[in-house]
Amino acid sequence: MSFHLILFLAFGAVCVAGAVNLLAQRHPINSALSLIAVMGALAGEYLLLGAEFVAAVQVIVYAGAIMVLFVFVIMLLNAGEEEETKGSRVAIMLGVPGILIASVLVAWVVLRRSGTGDVALGALPGYPREIAQLLFHDFLLPFEVTSILILIAIMGAVVLASKPEPPAGKVE
Amino acid sequence: MPLSIFILASVIKSAIVLLVLLTAVAYSVWLERKVVGHMQNRWGPTRVGPFGLLQPAADGLKFFFKEDLTPPHVYKPLFLAAPMIAVIFALTSIAVIPFGNSIPIFGYDIPLQITDVNIGLLLILGVTSLGVYGVALAGWSSNNKYSLLGGLRASAQMISYEIALGLSLVGVLIQSGSFSLRDIVSAQGGRFLYVIPRWNIFHWQFIGFFIYLMAAYAETNRIPFDLPEAETELVAGYHTEYSSMKFAMFFMAEYANMITVGCLATLLFFGGWNGPLAGPPLVRALLPLFWFCAKVFCFLFLYIWVRGTLPRFRYDQLMSFGWKFLLPLAIANLVATAIAVAW
Repeated sequence: MSFHLILFLAFGAVCVAGAVNLLAQRHPINSALSLIAVMGALAGEYLLLGAEFVAAVQVIVYAGAIMVLFVFVIMLLNAGEEEETKGSRVAIMLGVPGILIASVLVAWVVLRRSGTGDVALGALPGYPREIAQLLFHDFLLPFEVTSILILIAIMGAVVLASKPEPPAGKVE
Repeated sequence: MPLSIFILASVIKSAIVLLVLLTAVAYSVWLERKVVGHMQNRWGPTRVGPFGLLQPAADGLKFFFKEDLTPPHVYKPLFLAAPMIAVIFALTSIAVIPFGNSIPIFGYDIPLQITDVNIGLLLILGVTSLGVYGVALAGWSSNNKYSLLGGLRASAQMISYEIALGLSLVGVLIQSGSFSLRDIVSAQGGRFLYVIPRWNIFHWQFIGFFIYLMAAYAETNRIPFDLPEAETELVAGYHTEYSSMKFAMFFMAEYANMITVGCLATLLFFGGWNGPLAGPPLVRALLPLFWFCAKVFCFLFLYIWVRGTLPRFRYDQLMSFGWKFLLPLAIANLVATAIAVAW
Protein backbone atom coordinates (compact mmCIF):
# COMPACT_ATOMS: atom_id res chain seq x y z
CA MET A 1 0.00 0.00 0.00
CA SER A 2 1.52 3.27 -1.07
CA PHE A 3 1.87 6.25 1.25
CA HIS A 4 -0.46 8.11 -1.06
CA LEU A 5 -3.24 5.56 -0.63
CA ILE A 6 -2.80 5.53 3.15
CA LEU A 7 -3.19 9.32 3.24
CA PHE A 8 -6.22 9.09 0.98
CA LEU A 9 -7.89 6.56 3.28
CA ALA A 10 -6.98 8.59 6.36
CA PHE A 11 -8.57 11.74 4.96
CA GLY A 12 -11.59 9.70 3.91
CA ALA A 13 -11.91 8.33 7.44
CA VAL A 14 -11.69 11.85 8.92
CA CYS A 15 -14.36 12.95 6.46
CA VAL A 16 -16.79 10.17 7.40
CA ALA A 17 -16.06 10.52 11.11
CA GLY A 18 -16.72 14.26 10.89
CA ALA A 19 -20.00 13.65 9.10
CA VAL A 20 -21.13 11.12 11.70
CA ASN A 21 -20.07 13.44 14.51
CA LEU A 22 -22.02 16.25 12.85
CA LEU A 23 -25.19 14.21 13.34
CA ALA A 24 -24.29 12.84 16.75
CA GLN A 25 -23.38 16.14 18.43
CA ARG A 26 -26.20 17.90 20.19
CA HIS A 27 -24.71 21.36 20.38
CA PRO A 28 -25.01 23.33 17.10
CA ILE A 29 -21.51 24.79 17.36
CA ASN A 30 -19.94 21.34 17.69
CA SER A 31 -21.90 20.21 14.64
CA ALA A 32 -20.68 23.24 12.70
CA LEU A 33 -17.08 22.51 13.71
CA SER A 34 -17.41 18.88 12.59
CA LEU A 35 -18.67 20.15 9.24
CA ILE A 36 -15.52 22.28 9.01
CA ALA A 37 -13.45 19.15 9.65
CA VAL A 38 -15.34 17.42 6.81
CA MET A 39 -14.60 20.34 4.50
CA GLY A 40 -10.92 20.31 5.45
CA ALA A 41 -10.62 16.56 4.90
CA LEU A 42 -12.33 16.91 1.52
CA ALA A 43 -9.76 19.56 0.60
CA GLY A 44 -7.07 17.05 1.55
CA GLU A 45 -8.66 14.48 -0.78
CA TYR A 46 -8.72 16.96 -3.66
CA LEU A 47 -5.08 17.78 -2.99
CA LEU A 48 -4.17 14.09 -3.14
CA LEU A 49 -5.99 13.79 -6.47
CA GLY A 50 -3.80 16.57 -7.86
CA ALA A 51 -6.53 19.20 -7.91
CA GLU A 52 -4.63 21.84 -5.94
CA PHE A 53 -6.77 24.73 -7.07
CA VAL A 54 -10.02 23.01 -6.15
CA ALA A 55 -8.55 22.12 -2.75
CA ALA A 56 -7.57 25.73 -2.07
CA VAL A 57 -10.97 27.01 -3.17
CA GLN A 58 -12.65 24.39 -1.00
CA VAL A 59 -10.82 25.73 2.05
CA ILE A 60 -11.24 29.42 1.19
CA VAL A 61 -14.90 29.29 0.21
CA TYR A 62 -16.40 26.53 2.35
CA ALA A 63 -14.24 26.31 5.46
CA GLY A 64 -13.16 29.95 5.47
CA ALA A 65 -16.27 31.83 4.40
CA ILE A 66 -19.50 29.84 4.43
CA MET A 67 -18.77 28.00 7.67
CA VAL A 68 -17.67 31.24 9.33
CA LEU A 69 -21.15 32.56 8.53
CA PHE A 70 -22.71 29.41 10.01
CA VAL A 71 -20.68 29.80 13.19
CA PHE A 72 -21.48 33.51 13.20
CA VAL A 73 -25.22 32.86 13.06
CA ILE A 74 -25.02 30.20 15.77
CA MET A 75 -23.09 32.62 17.98
CA LEU A 76 -25.40 35.52 17.22
CA LEU A 77 -28.58 33.60 18.01
CA ASN A 78 -26.81 31.88 20.90
CA ALA A 79 -28.43 28.60 19.89
CA GLY A 80 -28.39 26.19 22.80
CA GLU A 81 -28.31 22.45 22.98
CA GLU A 82 -30.96 20.58 21.08
CA GLU A 83 -33.70 18.86 22.97
CA GLU A 84 -33.49 15.16 22.35
CA THR A 85 -36.64 13.69 20.94
CA LYS A 86 -37.22 9.98 20.87
CA GLY A 87 -37.32 9.41 17.12
CA SER A 88 -39.89 6.95 15.92
CA ARG A 89 -38.60 3.38 15.89
CA VAL A 90 -39.92 2.85 12.38
CA ALA A 91 -37.55 5.56 11.16
CA ILE A 92 -34.57 3.78 12.72
CA MET A 93 -35.65 0.32 11.62
CA LEU A 94 -36.27 1.38 8.04
CA GLY A 95 -33.89 4.32 7.73
CA VAL A 96 -30.58 2.73 8.67
CA PRO A 97 -30.87 -0.27 6.31
CA GLY A 98 -32.28 2.07 3.66
CA ILE A 99 -29.24 4.34 3.83
CA LEU A 100 -26.90 1.33 3.75
CA ILE A 101 -28.63 -0.09 0.68
CA ALA A 102 -28.65 3.28 -1.06
CA SER A 103 -24.95 3.89 -0.45
CA VAL A 104 -24.03 0.38 -1.64
CA LEU A 105 -26.10 0.96 -4.78
CA VAL A 106 -24.42 4.29 -5.49
CA ALA A 107 -20.96 2.81 -4.93
CA TRP A 108 -21.77 -0.17 -7.18
CA VAL A 109 -23.07 2.03 -10.01
CA VAL A 110 -20.05 4.34 -9.77
CA LEU A 111 -17.60 1.43 -9.82
CA ARG A 112 -19.38 -0.30 -12.70
CA ARG A 113 -19.88 2.75 -14.84
CA SER A 114 -16.53 4.53 -14.61
CA GLY A 115 -14.61 1.90 -16.58
CA THR A 116 -11.48 1.12 -14.60
CA GLY A 117 -12.59 2.76 -11.37
CA ASP A 118 -9.16 4.32 -10.99
CA VAL A 119 -8.04 7.86 -11.73
CA ALA A 120 -4.40 8.54 -12.45
CA LEU A 121 -2.84 11.46 -10.63
CA GLY A 122 -3.01 14.66 -12.67
CA ALA A 123 -5.15 13.05 -15.37
CA LEU A 124 -8.04 15.39 -14.64
CA PRO A 125 -7.77 19.15 -15.11
CA GLY A 126 -6.64 20.54 -11.78
CA TYR A 127 -4.39 23.47 -12.53
CA PRO A 128 -5.82 26.98 -12.44
CA ARG A 129 -4.93 27.56 -16.10
CA GLU A 130 -6.92 24.53 -17.29
CA ILE A 131 -9.87 25.34 -15.06
CA ALA A 132 -9.88 28.93 -16.28
CA GLN A 133 -9.78 27.70 -19.89
CA LEU A 134 -12.80 25.50 -19.21
CA LEU A 135 -14.76 28.11 -17.27
CA PHE A 136 -14.10 31.21 -19.33
CA HIS A 137 -13.74 29.70 -22.78
CA ASP A 138 -15.29 26.29 -23.35
CA PHE A 139 -18.20 26.63 -20.94
CA LEU A 140 -18.52 30.41 -20.87
CA LEU A 141 -22.27 30.53 -21.51
CA PRO A 142 -23.31 27.98 -18.83
CA PHE A 143 -20.95 29.70 -16.40
CA GLU A 144 -22.45 33.13 -17.00
CA VAL A 145 -25.98 31.73 -16.87
CA THR A 146 -25.16 30.19 -13.48
CA SER A 147 -23.86 33.51 -12.22
CA ILE A 148 -27.07 35.24 -13.31
CA LEU A 149 -29.05 32.53 -11.55
CA ILE A 150 -27.08 33.16 -8.35
CA LEU A 151 -27.63 36.91 -8.74
CA ILE A 152 -31.39 36.36 -9.01
CA ALA A 153 -31.26 34.13 -5.92
CA ILE A 154 -29.39 36.85 -3.99
CA MET A 155 -31.90 39.49 -5.03
CA GLY A 156 -34.75 37.20 -4.07
CA ALA A 157 -33.20 36.59 -0.67
CA VAL A 158 -32.77 40.34 -0.11
CA VAL A 159 -36.39 40.99 -1.07
CA LEU A 160 -37.67 38.22 1.17
CA ALA A 161 -35.53 39.31 4.11
CA SER A 162 -36.23 43.05 3.93
CA LYS A 163 -39.17 44.53 5.79
CA PRO A 164 -42.22 45.36 3.66
CA GLU A 165 -42.48 49.08 2.95
CA PRO A 166 -45.45 50.89 4.46
CA PRO A 167 -48.15 51.50 1.86
CA ALA A 168 -47.72 54.76 0.00
CA GLY A 169 -49.85 57.79 0.80
CA LYS A 170 -50.35 57.03 4.48
CA VAL A 171 -48.85 59.32 7.06
CA GLU A 172 -47.69 57.54 10.17
CA MET B 1 18.43 16.02 -4.74
CA PRO B 2 18.02 12.73 -2.81
CA LEU B 3 14.97 12.37 -0.58
CA SER B 4 16.96 12.19 2.66
CA ILE B 5 18.76 15.46 1.92
CA PHE B 6 15.44 17.05 0.97
CA ILE B 7 13.83 15.99 4.25
CA LEU B 8 16.85 17.11 6.26
CA ALA B 9 16.94 20.47 4.50
CA SER B 10 13.19 20.93 5.02
CA VAL B 11 13.42 20.17 8.74
CA ILE B 12 16.35 22.54 9.21
CA LYS B 13 14.64 25.26 7.20
CA SER B 14 11.40 24.86 9.18
CA ALA B 15 13.30 25.11 12.47
CA ILE B 16 15.19 28.22 11.38
CA VAL B 17 12.10 29.93 9.97
CA LEU B 18 10.07 29.17 13.09
CA LEU B 19 12.85 30.46 15.34
CA VAL B 20 13.28 33.63 13.31
CA LEU B 21 9.51 34.17 13.12
CA LEU B 22 9.00 33.78 16.88
CA THR B 23 11.94 36.08 17.59
CA ALA B 24 10.55 38.59 15.12
CA VAL B 25 7.16 38.35 16.84
CA ALA B 26 8.73 39.02 20.24
CA TYR B 27 10.77 41.94 18.95
CA SER B 28 7.93 43.52 17.00
CA VAL B 29 6.17 43.82 20.35
CA TRP B 30 9.30 45.55 21.69
CA LEU B 31 9.48 47.75 18.59
CA GLU B 32 5.86 48.71 18.94
CA ARG B 33 6.21 49.71 22.59
CA LYS B 34 9.38 51.63 21.86
CA VAL B 35 8.12 53.48 18.76
CA VAL B 36 4.70 54.30 20.16
CA GLY B 37 6.44 55.41 23.36
CA HIS B 38 8.64 57.87 21.49
CA MET B 39 5.66 59.12 19.49
CA GLN B 40 3.88 59.87 22.75
CA ASN B 41 6.92 61.56 24.28
CA ARG B 42 7.80 58.62 26.56
CA TRP B 43 10.75 56.26 26.58
CA GLY B 44 9.05 52.90 26.19
CA PRO B 45 10.77 49.92 27.87
CA THR B 46 14.22 50.87 29.21
CA ARG B 47 14.88 48.80 32.34
CA VAL B 48 15.56 45.25 31.13
CA GLY B 49 18.80 45.18 29.15
CA PRO B 50 20.20 48.00 27.00
CA PHE B 51 17.34 50.00 25.39
CA GLY B 52 14.97 47.52 27.03
CA LEU B 53 16.08 44.90 24.49
CA LEU B 54 15.59 41.99 26.90
CA GLN B 55 12.02 43.07 27.65
CA PRO B 56 10.49 40.38 25.32
CA ALA B 57 12.37 37.66 27.23
CA ALA B 58 11.15 39.06 30.54
CA ASP B 59 7.59 39.23 29.20
CA GLY B 60 7.82 35.64 28.00
CA LEU B 61 8.99 34.46 31.40
CA LYS B 62 6.20 36.41 33.06
CA PHE B 63 3.60 34.77 30.82
CA PHE B 64 4.95 31.33 31.74
CA PHE B 65 4.77 31.93 35.47
CA LYS B 66 1.41 33.67 35.59
CA GLU B 67 -1.47 31.70 36.99
CA ASP B 68 -3.46 30.03 34.24
CA LEU B 69 -7.07 30.75 35.13
CA THR B 70 -9.96 28.95 33.51
CA PRO B 71 -13.22 30.58 34.58
CA PRO B 72 -15.88 28.08 35.71
CA HIS B 73 -18.59 29.22 33.31
CA VAL B 74 -16.73 28.69 30.02
CA TYR B 75 -17.30 25.95 27.43
CA LYS B 76 -14.05 24.18 28.15
CA PRO B 77 -13.10 22.21 25.00
CA LEU B 78 -13.41 25.24 22.75
CA PHE B 79 -12.02 27.62 25.35
CA LEU B 80 -8.81 25.56 25.35
CA ALA B 81 -8.76 24.98 21.59
CA ALA B 82 -9.36 28.58 20.49
CA PRO B 83 -5.90 30.05 21.28
CA MET B 84 -4.27 26.99 19.71
CA ILE B 85 -6.32 27.42 16.52
CA ALA B 86 -5.35 31.09 16.38
CA VAL B 87 -1.63 30.49 16.80
CA ILE B 88 -1.43 27.39 14.58
CA PHE B 89 -2.99 29.08 11.55
CA ALA B 90 -0.98 32.24 12.14
CA LEU B 91 2.30 30.28 12.11
CA THR B 92 1.36 27.88 9.28
CA SER B 93 1.01 30.49 6.58
CA ILE B 94 4.72 31.34 6.75
CA ALA B 95 5.48 27.89 5.27
CA VAL B 96 4.92 28.89 1.65
CA ILE B 97 6.50 32.34 1.79
CA PRO B 98 9.78 32.54 -0.18
CA PHE B 99 12.52 34.72 1.30
CA GLY B 100 14.95 34.72 -1.60
CA ASN B 101 16.38 32.73 -4.46
CA SER B 102 18.04 29.39 -3.81
CA ILE B 103 21.53 29.33 -2.29
CA PRO B 104 24.08 26.56 -2.90
CA ILE B 105 25.03 24.65 0.28
CA PHE B 106 27.37 21.60 0.02
CA GLY B 107 26.66 21.38 -3.69
CA TYR B 108 22.88 21.28 -3.29
CA ASP B 109 20.64 24.11 -4.40
CA ILE B 110 18.55 24.97 -1.34
CA PRO B 111 15.59 27.26 -2.06
CA LEU B 112 15.00 29.87 0.65
CA GLN B 113 11.43 28.74 1.30
CA ILE B 114 10.02 25.88 3.34
CA THR B 115 7.87 24.55 0.53
CA ASP B 116 7.14 25.81 -2.96
CA VAL B 117 3.59 25.07 -4.09
CA ASN B 118 2.20 26.48 -7.29
CA ILE B 119 -0.90 27.80 -5.54
CA GLY B 120 1.11 29.48 -2.77
CA LEU B 121 -0.97 32.63 -2.64
CA LEU B 122 -4.27 30.74 -2.43
CA LEU B 123 -2.86 28.59 0.35
CA ILE B 124 -2.00 31.67 2.39
CA LEU B 125 -5.46 33.12 1.81
CA GLY B 126 -7.04 29.82 2.84
CA VAL B 127 -5.00 29.46 6.01
CA THR B 128 -5.54 33.06 7.09
CA SER B 129 -9.26 32.74 6.43
CA LEU B 130 -9.33 29.83 8.89
CA GLY B 131 -7.58 31.95 11.54
CA VAL B 132 -10.85 33.75 12.27
CA TYR B 133 -12.15 30.62 14.04
CA GLY B 134 -9.65 31.16 16.84
CA VAL B 135 -11.03 34.60 17.58
CA ALA B 136 -14.69 33.74 17.00
CA LEU B 137 -14.61 30.57 19.13
CA ALA B 138 -12.66 32.30 21.89
CA GLY B 139 -15.36 34.95 22.06
CA TRP B 140 -18.20 32.46 22.07
CA SER B 141 -16.76 29.86 24.43
CA SER B 142 -15.84 32.46 27.07
CA ASN B 143 -19.57 32.79 27.83
CA ASN B 144 -19.21 36.48 28.52
CA LYS B 145 -21.06 39.24 26.69
CA TYR B 146 -17.99 41.38 26.03
CA SER B 147 -16.08 38.41 24.64
CA LEU B 148 -19.05 37.36 22.52
CA LEU B 149 -19.41 40.86 21.07
CA GLY B 150 -15.67 40.88 20.33
CA GLY B 151 -15.87 37.50 18.59
CA LEU B 152 -18.92 38.55 16.56
CA ARG B 153 -17.28 41.79 15.52
CA ALA B 154 -14.11 39.95 14.54
CA SER B 155 -15.88 37.40 12.36
CA ALA B 156 -18.10 39.99 10.64
CA GLN B 157 -15.13 42.28 10.06
CA MET B 158 -12.87 39.56 8.73
CA ILE B 159 -15.47 38.19 6.31
CA SER B 160 -16.23 41.68 5.02
CA TYR B 161 -12.63 42.67 4.42
CA GLU B 162 -11.51 39.29 3.09
CA ILE B 163 -13.45 39.97 -0.12
CA ALA B 164 -11.74 43.31 -0.70
CA LEU B 165 -8.39 41.74 0.22
CA GLY B 166 -8.83 38.90 -2.26
CA LEU B 167 -9.97 41.20 -5.05
CA SER B 168 -7.05 43.58 -4.49
CA LEU B 169 -4.66 40.68 -5.16
CA VAL B 170 -6.35 39.63 -8.41
CA GLY B 171 -4.85 42.63 -10.22
CA VAL B 172 -1.35 41.42 -9.34
CA LEU B 173 -2.27 37.88 -10.39
CA ILE B 174 -3.52 39.07 -13.77
CA GLN B 175 -0.27 40.92 -14.36
CA SER B 176 2.02 38.06 -13.39
CA GLY B 177 -0.16 35.19 -14.61
CA SER B 178 0.72 32.80 -11.77
CA PHE B 179 -0.33 31.85 -8.25
CA SER B 180 3.22 30.93 -7.33
CA LEU B 181 4.78 33.58 -5.12
CA ARG B 182 8.19 32.87 -6.66
CA ASP B 183 6.89 33.59 -10.18
CA ILE B 184 5.15 36.74 -8.98
CA VAL B 185 8.43 38.02 -7.53
CA SER B 186 10.49 37.15 -10.59
CA ALA B 187 7.97 38.99 -12.77
CA GLN B 188 8.89 42.13 -10.84
CA GLY B 189 12.62 42.14 -11.66
CA GLY B 190 14.14 44.91 -13.76
CA ARG B 191 13.47 48.63 -13.94
CA PHE B 192 11.50 51.31 -15.76
CA LEU B 193 13.72 54.02 -17.34
CA TYR B 194 16.76 52.57 -15.49
CA VAL B 195 15.62 54.19 -12.21
CA ILE B 196 12.22 53.10 -10.99
CA PRO B 197 12.13 49.42 -9.98
CA ARG B 198 9.57 47.32 -11.82
CA TRP B 199 7.60 46.56 -8.66
CA ASN B 200 3.89 46.05 -8.96
CA ILE B 201 3.15 49.11 -6.86
CA PHE B 202 4.77 51.28 -9.56
CA HIS B 203 3.29 49.10 -12.26
CA TRP B 204 -0.42 50.14 -12.21
CA GLN B 205 -1.14 48.44 -8.89
CA PHE B 206 -0.97 51.44 -6.56
CA ILE B 207 -4.72 51.34 -5.93
CA GLY B 208 -4.48 47.58 -5.45
CA PHE B 209 -1.85 48.14 -2.78
CA PHE B 210 -3.98 50.79 -1.07
CA ILE B 211 -6.92 48.37 -0.88
CA TYR B 212 -4.65 45.57 0.32
CA LEU B 213 -3.21 47.79 3.04
CA MET B 214 -6.62 48.87 4.35
CA ALA B 215 -7.98 45.32 4.26
CA ALA B 216 -4.85 43.99 5.93
CA TYR B 217 -5.30 46.32 8.91
CA ALA B 218 -8.84 45.04 9.29
CA GLU B 219 -7.85 41.39 8.84
CA THR B 220 -5.20 41.58 11.55
CA ASN B 221 -7.50 43.52 13.92
CA ARG B 222 -5.09 46.41 14.24
CA ILE B 223 -5.80 50.07 14.89
CA PRO B 224 -7.71 51.80 13.29
CA PHE B 225 -9.82 48.68 12.85
CA ASP B 226 -9.23 46.97 16.21
CA LEU B 227 -12.89 46.93 17.20
CA PRO B 228 -12.88 43.25 18.28
CA GLU B 229 -10.71 44.23 21.23
CA ALA B 230 -11.76 47.85 21.69
CA GLU B 231 -10.88 48.31 25.35
CA THR B 232 -13.08 51.36 25.89
CA GLU B 233 -16.21 49.38 25.01
CA LEU B 234 -15.45 45.67 25.35
CA VAL B 235 -12.90 45.40 28.22
CA ALA B 236 -10.50 43.36 26.02
CA GLY B 237 -12.93 41.82 23.54
CA TYR B 238 -12.53 38.18 22.67
CA HIS B 239 -9.57 37.53 25.00
CA THR B 240 -11.07 39.09 28.13
CA GLU B 241 -11.23 35.75 29.97
CA TYR B 242 -7.80 34.52 28.91
CA SER B 243 -4.69 34.70 31.04
CA SER B 244 -1.10 33.47 31.10
CA MET B 245 0.15 31.54 28.04
CA LYS B 246 -3.31 31.31 26.49
CA PHE B 247 -3.41 35.09 26.27
CA ALA B 248 0.16 35.11 24.99
CA MET B 249 -0.91 32.78 22.19
CA PHE B 250 -3.48 35.29 20.93
CA PHE B 251 -0.82 37.97 21.19
CA MET B 252 1.64 35.84 19.21
CA ALA B 253 -1.00 35.08 16.59
CA GLU B 254 -1.74 38.78 16.11
CA TYR B 255 1.90 39.71 15.57
CA ALA B 256 2.64 36.64 13.43
CA ASN B 257 -0.30 37.65 11.24
CA MET B 258 1.15 41.15 10.97
CA ILE B 259 4.44 39.68 9.80
CA THR B 260 2.74 37.38 7.28
CA VAL B 261 0.73 40.27 5.89
CA GLY B 262 3.94 42.30 5.65
CA CYS B 263 5.73 39.46 3.82
CA LEU B 264 2.82 39.13 1.41
CA ALA B 265 2.79 42.89 0.71
CA THR B 266 6.54 42.73 0.07
CA LEU B 267 6.21 39.79 -2.30
CA LEU B 268 3.19 41.04 -4.23
CA PHE B 269 3.69 44.79 -4.44
CA PHE B 270 7.29 45.62 -3.52
CA GLY B 271 9.27 43.21 -5.66
CA GLY B 272 10.10 40.66 -2.94
CA TRP B 273 13.84 40.23 -2.62
CA ASN B 274 14.65 42.26 -5.74
CA GLY B 275 17.02 45.14 -5.02
CA PRO B 276 20.42 46.52 -5.93
CA LEU B 277 23.23 43.96 -5.66
CA ALA B 278 26.91 44.80 -5.13
CA GLY B 279 30.06 43.57 -3.44
CA PRO B 280 31.79 40.19 -3.04
CA PRO B 281 29.90 36.92 -3.84
CA LEU B 282 28.93 36.22 -0.23
CA VAL B 283 27.38 39.67 0.17
CA ARG B 284 25.69 39.24 -3.20
CA ALA B 285 24.16 35.97 -2.01
CA LEU B 286 22.87 37.50 1.23
CA LEU B 287 21.73 40.91 -0.05
CA PRO B 288 18.34 39.63 -1.43
CA LEU B 289 17.52 38.26 2.02
CA PHE B 290 18.46 41.62 3.51
CA TRP B 291 16.26 43.52 1.05
CA PHE B 292 13.33 41.22 1.84
CA CYS B 293 13.72 41.71 5.59
CA ALA B 294 14.18 45.47 5.20
CA LYS B 295 10.95 45.77 3.21
CA VAL B 296 9.02 43.69 5.75
CA PHE B 297 10.48 45.85 8.53
CA CYS B 298 9.25 49.01 6.77
CA PHE B 299 5.80 47.49 6.60
CA LEU B 300 5.82 46.60 10.31
CA PHE B 301 6.99 50.13 11.10
CA LEU B 302 4.09 51.50 9.07
CA TYR B 303 1.71 49.38 11.16
CA ILE B 304 3.11 50.84 14.36
CA TRP B 305 3.18 54.36 12.95
CA VAL B 306 -0.51 54.11 12.05
CA ARG B 307 -1.25 52.76 15.51
CA GLY B 308 0.46 55.75 17.09
CA THR B 309 -1.37 58.18 14.82
CA LEU B 310 -4.97 57.23 14.12
CA PRO B 311 -7.93 56.85 16.47
CA ARG B 312 -10.31 53.90 16.26
CA PHE B 313 -13.24 53.98 13.83
CA ARG B 314 -16.82 53.35 14.83
CA TYR B 315 -18.20 49.96 13.87
CA ASP B 316 -20.73 51.29 11.33
CA GLN B 317 -17.96 53.37 9.74
CA LEU B 318 -15.83 50.25 9.46
CA MET B 319 -18.58 48.29 7.76
CA SER B 320 -19.66 51.03 5.35
CA PHE B 321 -16.01 51.76 4.48
CA GLY B 322 -15.44 48.09 3.65
CA TRP B 323 -18.60 47.42 1.67
CA LYS B 324 -19.43 50.77 0.10
CA PHE B 325 -15.96 52.10 -0.68
CA LEU B 326 -13.26 49.44 -0.61
CA LEU B 327 -15.19 46.68 -2.41
CA PRO B 328 -16.37 48.82 -5.39
CA LEU B 329 -12.87 50.29 -5.63
CA ALA B 330 -11.37 46.79 -5.69
CA ILE B 331 -13.77 45.68 -8.43
CA ALA B 332 -13.01 48.82 -10.46
CA ASN B 333 -9.29 48.18 -10.06
CA LEU B 334 -9.73 44.58 -11.17
CA VAL B 335 -11.71 45.56 -14.28
CA ALA B 336 -9.25 48.34 -15.18
CA THR B 337 -6.27 45.98 -14.82
CA ALA B 338 -7.97 43.31 -16.90
CA ILE B 339 -8.75 45.80 -19.70
CA ALA B 340 -5.20 47.20 -19.60
CA VAL B 341 -3.62 43.74 -19.79
CA ALA B 342 -5.98 42.56 -22.55
CA TRP B 343 -5.19 45.65 -24.61
